[in-house]
Amino acid sequence: MKETSTNEVRFLELEKKVKRENWRRMWFRFRKSKLSIVGLSIILILLLMAIFAEYIAPYPSHAGLYIAFKNAYKPPSLEHFLGTDMYGRDVFSRVIFGFRYAFMMIGLVLLLVVPTGVVLGLIAGYYRGTFIETLIVRLSDIFISLPPLVLALSIASILEPNIFNAMMAVSLMWWPWYVKLTYSMTVSLRNEPFILAAESQGASTLHILFRELLPIQLGTILTKVTLDAGWVILIGAAISFVGLGAQPPTPDLGTMVSEYSKYLPEYWWMSLGPAAGIVLIILAFNLLGDGIRDVFAGE
Amino acid sequence: MQDDVILYVSGLKKYFNTTEGVVRAVDGISFNVKYGETLALVGESGSGKTTTGHVIMGFYPPDDGKIIYKNKYELSVPMKKRPLELKRDIQIVFQDPGTSLNPKRLVKDIISLPLLIHKIVDKKKIYERVAELLEYVGLSEEFMFKYPHELGGGEKQLVAIARALAPQPSFIILDESTSALDVSSQAKVLNTLVKIQKELRLTYLLITHDLGVVRNISQRVMIMYLGKIYEEAPTEKFFKSPMHPYTQMLLSSIPTLSEEDEKIKPKGIESIGEIPSAVKPPSGCRFHTRCPFAKPICSQQDPPDIVLDSNHIVRCWLYE
Ligand SMILES: Nc1ncnc2c1ncn2[C@@H]1O[C@H](COP(=O)(O)OP(=O)(O)O)[C@@H](O)[C@H]1O
Ligand code: SF4
Ligand SMILES: [Mg+2]
Repeated sequence: MKETSTNEVRFLELEKKVKRENWRRMWFRFRKSKLSIVGLSIILILLLMAIFAEYIAPYPSHAGLYIAFKNAYKPPSLEHFLGTDMYGRDVFSRVIFGFRYAFMMIGLVLLLVVPTGVVLGLIAGYYRGTFIETLIVRLSDIFISLPPLVLALSIASILEPNIFNAMMAVSLMWWPWYVKLTYSMTVSLRNEPFILAAESQGASTLHILFRELLPIQLGTILTKVTLDAGWVILIGAAISFVGLGAQPPTPDLGTMVSEYSKYLPEYWWMSLGPAAGIVLIILAFNLLGDGIRDVFAGE
Repeated sequence: MQDDVILYVSGLKKYFNTTEGVVRAVDGISFNVKYGETLALVGESGSGKTTTGHVIMGFYPPDDGKIIYKNKYELSVPMKKRPLELKRDIQIVFQDPGTSLNPKRLVKDIISLPLLIHKIVDKKKIYERVAELLEYVGLSEEFMFKYPHELGGGEKQLVAIARALAPQPSFIILDESTSALDVSSQAKVLNTLVKIQKELRLTYLLITHDLGVVRNISQRVMIMYLGKIYEEAPTEKFFKSPMHPYTQMLLSSIPTLSEEDEKIKPKGIESIGEIPSAVKPPSGCRFHTRCPFAKPICSQQDPPDIVLDSNHIVRCWLYE
């Protein structure tokens, strides 16, 4: 008999139902914490603003190079929620574009750092006691000891200082933290009977790494990812602040704080916008991280 | 080697290097397991039973000795280098139900893994086979879509048994598979194991410290103490006429159920002392520090194998 039997179809339906039920339960645990809902909502709103910045920003042309001195140094008003800067650009519009850069930084760093670190950590833990473990652990220790600002400085002096190179520098020192996390968890799980059972039945190394070991660690990894998203923004801002990251007139939040802080305290509204934007993103990701932790802790 | 032997073990040793010194977990043991039998490996905690099972599984290589399976496979080869058919044919059920199943995998994923690896059934019939296996060990098909944390201890062990049966093995190592369970689950799991063995003609190496379990389901018994085997006998002889002082001590310490049992229970030998460390095991007969009959020679020389009749072997100077 080649076609799927009715029994098999019934089981497939049942499986779908159970999976749906499990998602529902996870959502329920997440929802229980009001603060994580707040965090998630803020992130979604900021993300939408970042994606549709051209349509949402009242003055999209003010994002980059734009000069209208007659409008310069205007305090907040109905026309300019967050005032205008020294060139007469609308700060609110620039902050909205700043969110776009912020999410791009988070996305780029985490995309480079998380898969690399997690895979290397799993491999190092799995091959405990071999040269593979030694190699990966040593290499991570070297990169983890590099101070990000020094790294950014040297990259900026070799290449040009821009936001992409700054994020590469940040990624270079960041991946080892994910190695450490998954390595230590993998080492402690490596000889659990359920792993030995799967191995002794002939499961491949790929299966053991990604189907047995990774799912158990997923909650911890995701929690770290959300909490780290805030850190990426903070470090990115620090690098931009010392002039090694994005360069004016890029509407990057850190760069804006750096440019505008020269006009403190008289023209306080210029710095207020981008600084509040940074704080808001970091806060939102931290709230979300707590919610994610609860979802996985409840299992 | 005789034809009826499925597993031949000879001079097997496994030492562990620890901070306290070398642990001689298994120190030169030899035995045969026959096709279709349940051979019990009995001993106090720390005597080396689990290590023996794990060496057979290939979790770590032996330091010395020979293990031959089905007259053609050399089992000193580590698990990773074994041919796939061996990974199908030899299975293990672990002691702790809490760690024998991956907490993040559905029961149906756990049981279907060996089915897929060894291509036991057509992919389209995986679910049906998983349901059959569950039913076979006495669980309903609803268990397919549960996570381990939704199951009780006995149910987890039954799932572990279904997983072991899935690839249609001929040899299963049961490492204290019921000792962590409450009495009623224990009975259920044991009954299931007995039924399965009869129907599928499986061979069991039953590792346990529970003599009640031994009496109920095994045909032969081996007594292990500090890495060595000291007595080997058919179950009936083992309980009726235990020869080794250590066996007598173990038997006198179990509660009996009937008058009849009480009569045949060995007298005058009380359980004394603790099992010594496997790092510095006693010289000669390792039991001499606790043995009421110890003679001078006992602490100097290892007792030889003494064959009392064809299948009753004892290692003790008393019978020299
Ligand atoms: N991986 C290991 N490393 C070091 N010592 C071990 C290891 N496994 C077992 N041992 C030691 O070997 C001895 C026998 O252990 P084990 O085989 O688990 O005994 P049993 O199963 O009979 O209780 C014990 O002293 C134990 O501490
Ligand atoms: S050999 Fe000696 S010490 Fe060992 S059990 Fe026999 S009598 Fe006791
Ligand atoms: Mg044990």
